[in-house]
Amino acid sequence: MIIPTKIAIRAEDFDQAAEIAALTESRTDVGAVATFTGICRSENGALTALELEHYPGMAEAEIARMAEEATSRWPLLGLTVIHRHGKIEAGGNIVLVVTTSSHRAAAFAAAEFLMDYLKTRAPFWKKEHFADGRTGGWVEAKDIDDTAAERWTVQPAAE
Amino acid sequence: MIGKTLLKILYFAWVRERTGLAEEDIALPENVTTVGDLIIHLKTKGPGYASAFENAGTIRAALDQAHVSHDTPLGNAREVAFFPPMTGG
Repeated sequence: MIIPTKIAIRAEDFDQAAEIAALTESRTDVGAVATFTGICRSENGALTALELEHYPGMAEAEIARMAEEATSRWPLLGLTVIHRHGKIEAGGNIVLVVTTSSHRAAAFAAAEFLMDYLKTRAPFWKKEHFADGRTGGWVEAKDIDDTAAERWTVQPAAE
Repeated sequence: MIGKTLLKILYFAWVRERTGLAEEDIALPENVTTVGDLIIHLKTKGPGYASAFENAGTIRAALDQAHVSHDTPLGNAREVAFFPPMTGG
């Protein structure tokens, strides 16, 4: 089934309410909306901003592949992924995932799946900017994110 | 006019900082057939490259904007990218 799918990689901020409305207005079959918003933490005041670098072209393509997989795995009615790039101040939005379905289970699962895959497969890298003016290093990938993504891997059926 | 096909190589995050380049076009030596071969070749191009690919096992690669493993043949790819493990989301 073709469902409304919006994928945007951009510097501009997003409006969660407007993105939810875009997937729910003018229809009565949506029974569940799940959203996830990733926000830049200040790490107790030490960090002023994150700078997000991305691979233009591949970022869109990779997220489109994830969206296609989510759509094939769960009965979704709509899906939106917005990932920002550039310098994002502490407290600012980084990423938004919105999934809609008839029932909550699919919306929750698909949103979580998309976030786990975004973390480990979408070509974005974060660099830290600190309050004392230093530009820090690049954020290191965490094993816990790989573990989270791996749980969605389909296991071969037991013999 | 035999002119070898040029391959576009992109670098991101600290791989870009260490090589000092966001992208470049290179003519592939004949013994370079896989992504891993290309990494070995690039390491010989200077100290920045040697530093970028010091721990080659941690470097991720993409061929024509899709993730691949290091043993993947370059084939007729037009674009190769090297970058650290991703930290988006």
